[in-house]
Order: sequence, then C-alpha cells, then structure tokens
Amino acid sequence: MKRVYVNEKWCLGCRLCEYNCAFANTGERNMALALRNLEISPRIRIEEGSDICFAVSCRHCEEPLCVKGCITGALSIEDGIIMVDEDKCVSCYTCILSCPYGAVSPSEHGAVQKCELCVKNRSGAPACVAGCPNGAIVYEER
Amino acid sequence: MPVDFMYPEYEIARNDSRCIRCRVCERQCANEVHSYEESGNFMLSDESKCVNCHRCVSLCPTRALKIVKSDHCFKENANWNQAAIKEIYKQSGSGGVLLSSMGNPERYPVYWDKMLINASQVTNPSIDPLREPMETKVFLGKKPERIERGPDGSLRNNLTPQLELAMPVMFSAMSYGSISYNAHESLARASRELGIFYNTGEGGLHEDFYQYGENTIVQVASGRFGVHREYLEAGAAIEIKMGQGAKPGIGGHLPGEKIVGDISKTRMIPEGSDAISPAPHHDIYSIEDLRQLVFSLKEATQYKKPVIVKVAAVHNIAAIASGIARSGADIIAIDGFRGGTGAAPTRIRDNVGIPIELALASVDARLRDEGIRNNVSLVAGGSIRNSADVVKAIALGADAVYIATGALLALGCHLCRSCQSGKCNWGIATQRPELVKRLNPDMGFRRLVNLLTAWNHEIKELMGGMGINSIEALKGNRLMLRGTGLNENELGILGISHAGE
Repeated sequence: MKRVYVNEKWCLGCRLCEYNCAFANTGERNMALALRNLEISPRIRIEEGSDICFAVSCRHCEEPLCVKGCITGALSIEDGIIMVDEDKCVSCYTCILSCPYGAVSPSEHGAVQKCELCVKNRSGAPACVAGCPNGAIVYEER
Repeated sequence: MPVDFMYPEYEIARNDSRCIRCRVCERQCANEVHSYEESGNFMLSDESKCVNCHRCVSLCPTRALKIVKSDHCFKENANWNQAAIKEIYKQSGSGGVLLSSMGNPERYPVYWDKMLINASQVTNPSIDPLREPMETKVFLGKKPERIERGPDGSLRNNLTPQLELAMPVMFSAMSYGSISYNAHESLARASRELGIFYNTGEGGLHEDFYQYGENTIVQVASGRFGVHREYLEAGAAIEIKMGQGAKPGIGGHLPGEKIVGDISKTRMIPEGSDAISPAPHHDIYSIEDLRQLVFSLKEATQYKKPVIVKVAAVHNIAAIASGIARSGADIIAIDGFRGGTGAAPTRIRDNVGIPIELALASVDARLRDEGIRNNVSLVAGGSIRNSADVVKAIALGADAVYIATGALLALGCHLCRSCQSGKCNWGIATQRPELVKRLNPDMGFRRLVNLLTAWNHEIKELMGGMGINSIEALKGNRLMLRGTGLNENELGILGISHAGE
C-alpha cells in the first residue's frame, strides 16, 4: 500500500506541509481566506531537534494501537487507511494516548483527527506531499 | 544612523490580506530579513539585508510576497548614476575592493541577439526532426590530417583520444567549494544521464563522485588544488585553466571559512586556510611552457585523455588560440566576458575581457586561415543562454559550448549575485549544511536533464529548419547567420553578412 514517507535528509523544517495539510482539511478554496488569523492544527507536524527536522504523520500501521484501543469503533481500517468516524468518536482520547508517534490529536469539532491521506478532502491526494518544496515527503509503495 | 547609510535597493512588498503568518519566509531566509512580532501578530522585514534571491517569494504558499525595486532615488544624473554613487560611498567606508558574483551584468552588446538564423524555403527542403533522423552527437579532440594506411592497405587508426558528446553542450567548471556538494552531485548525475560532461573546476574531485569519472572533466588550475594521479586518471579529459571570462588576468580566492571538512580534504589543504589561486601558472610564461604542462599531463595519463586549455576571451585571443593549437592541446575552451564566477572584483568582472561571439569568430577564422583548425576543437562559453545561442555559436565555428549560469538557474539560482556571501538560500553557492540540503540532487539532476533535453529538441528543430540534419554540417557554417544592427567591422569579425544581403 502507498504510504507517506519522510526523508529527514531533505526536510528543511519550512513547515509548508503543516499549512498545506491544514488548508486541505478546511475545504476552502483559497489558502489566505482559509488560514488567515487561524491557529492551525495540522495532522502532520514537524519535529525539530538541534540540526535535524522531519515531518511526522500517521504511519497507517498494519496493527494500529489506536484502532485496537478505540472504545466506540470510531477508528477503523478502510483499504489500509486508518479512518476516523467523527459521529462515533466520544473524545475519550484513548487513541491519542496509545499512538506511539503522536499522530492523533484532538480536533476542533470535539472528535479526534488524524491523517487520512487526504482521501476525504478536496485535495484527493496527500497535500503535504504535493506541497513539499524539496521532495522530502513522498507518497509511494515500499 | 551612520552618514554612509544607503537606502536599500529593494523593498519587500507583503500583501497583508494574504499573509497567513506561516513564517515560512522567516525560516527560509538565511539573510534574516523576515521576523515575526508575537505581540502584535505581524511580520516584520528588514529590507536592508535582502539580496533579492526570491526564496521567500517562491515558497510563500499564498503568494503574499514580492520584491520591488525601491523608488527611493538620487537626483537624476546620466553620468553619476545611482550605482556609481553608491559604490563610492561603499568604498570610502570600507577601503576595500568591490566584490561581485556571477557574470558581467552591464549594458554591453549581446551579439547573440544581433544575429539571426536562416531557414529553408522552396529551393531546399527543410527537415522534420520528428520524422527523420537528426544527429547532434559531437566528438571533441584533434582530428587527423590525413588517412593513413598500413602496408596491406588497411586503414590505420590515427585518431587521438576524443570526447564523445550526445549533444554539443557541457557544464563548465565550477569547483566543489564554490558550489555545494549537492550542486556537484546534480551536475554529475545529469551529465551521465545526458551523455555529456561536467567539469570539476579547480577544487579537486570529491571521492563520492569518482563513479561519474567517465562524464567528468578534471581541471588543473594555477593553484593545483586537489590534483594527484588518481584525480587525473578519474576524468575523461583534463582541462588546464589559464583564465576565466569573469576575471581574466587574475586568480581566485576561496576564503578559509569555506575550507571545511570534505572541501579541505578534496582540495588537499588544511581546514580554515585560504585557497588562493595565483593569477598566472607560475610554471607557464610562454606557449612552450604550456606545451610542457600539456605533455606532462598526457604523459601522466598515458596519452589516453584529451587535454583542454581554457582561456578567457581577451584582446589578442586569436593569436593566443593559435599558439595553444600548436601546443599539443586537443581542445581550446574560450570563456567570454559574461561568464560567471563565485566571486570577482567588480571592476574586473565589469570591464575586462571581450564578448565570446567576437572571440569565437576570430579564433575560428584565424585557425582556419593558418590551416590548424583540425588540430583542436573549440568550446565556447560565457553566457550561452538558450538553444538558439548554442546554434549560433556552432555556426560561428564552435564544436560545442559550455554552460554554467544556465545550469545553476535550472537548479534554482535566481541570479541575486551574492555568491560571495556564502549564504545562498537555494543551497548552491554555500557550504552551510542547513542551506546545502535545500538542493535535493534527485530534483536538481532531473531539472538539468529536462533543460538540456528541451534544448536538444530545439537545436534539432532549428537545424531541421535550415535543412541540416547533422551538427557537423552546421559547424562554422556562417552562411546560416545574418546580422542586424551591426556595423561593417562587427560583421567582418563575425564573418557574417547583414540581414537582407
């Protein structure tokens, strides 16, 4: 299955992926309109240490702890992609606690949010990949 | 405020209705132009630090930024223009030589733009390169004067070593040190993919790039940095650098801050020491001396590799080239006055040397007049900007051209001409690891391949239009060129007729 992979060798820490992710998930047509005066809450995040940085998003694990721990069945695997059903989510945050990558976060609508490879939004394909200026984030079969 | 304060040349125009405060501009600017003011939630910019490299503009996701020329002005003066006044202020403050980078930007004539290419109509057919074979392959090196046969009549191979190019373009010399590891990797990989050559420049060859040796020209310059036996043997040809178009008559100086880690190892000089290339080669004061170095290098590589001699285009270039053609060199590379550099004294870059078009035409004519044109191949460099320039250069007599500024533009360079600062935001002319990584060679090499593939298509189209199906038939074919707006002298030197003639 194709997944989002990050090569820290080429990650510049510019954080465009975070903004492209946030924008893709607003459903708006214009980034300036969508994100002006907004504190973004992206599903991919840059981790930075002294001289290293890389983006982290859901790994879409084959045996995901978040899905196993979900008490309402809000998290499920569809065609290898781990999806959130916002209607079922009760915001118990078990998934947030159990994800070893910190890739699940609370969403603004009360439920949790995580990377769903942009299949549900207008982008259609991972926006972080498309917007990465240095080819550090790729979407490929490995 | 100091008395020599100068209002910045550029202003940063931020469209605040578009700015989303993502701070990408701030993170990407090595000159620290942009900053974020937390308390008021707004972005600040210090335009005095801006070099107009467009990194922030290119990466701004909402296109909120542009750089505009400041309309702050001095009182109009056609003689003492703004640049002239500012340079006086700068030098009276610093007491130093003005430094610049990349090629001569001044308003001298660009002869490429005053020459037009022919096309077939009615009396001779043009050729469609998509339907018929079209040859852009070129061999560089000395060509035999006559056919020799053995006692049994069979042909004797009397061909000296040649460079085989899939198209008549090569990447000219840029040293590892003046440009980054990733820029070198992009050039090396692109050369291999395209079947052409890149040139190490005088900084030696990084051990990682020996694998691209078949597509590498190794340079021996006056500083002799990084020259050793394996280095000479690693390349497909050896280039002796006598001069550079951007700074004829002077040497080079890579400051000690850039001589770090692998660069110091590759150049074979201690870390932190300045790499100073003398103006002349201290062992070359005549064509005879040059001949000694040419043959020393041939001897060291068992006469298996062609030797190139690179010179800057200067006033007596035809006589100089004539001497080089008799020195045993296989290829002469001529670098015009618009050729680029990582750093040169401004006055030299802007005032020394001559245009490559005139130099090339006069050298080709002189060598033909003297009957020694076959002794050498000619490579022209110094601001070849597109495939039409390539075609014009070949019609003027070049066997191939060298490009470098064009290649750097393909890698992201925006010609801000601040290479000497070492803070290249595009990861090209810098050795700072956080900046070098901005040039991903996987992307860089692909862009170079794209560029030259496109040029090769265009060269074929232009040749087809002229009814020529082989680059050999275009070489020195000045009938294919006409001049516009040129005087008798210029036409005479270029060896072309005026349009309409």
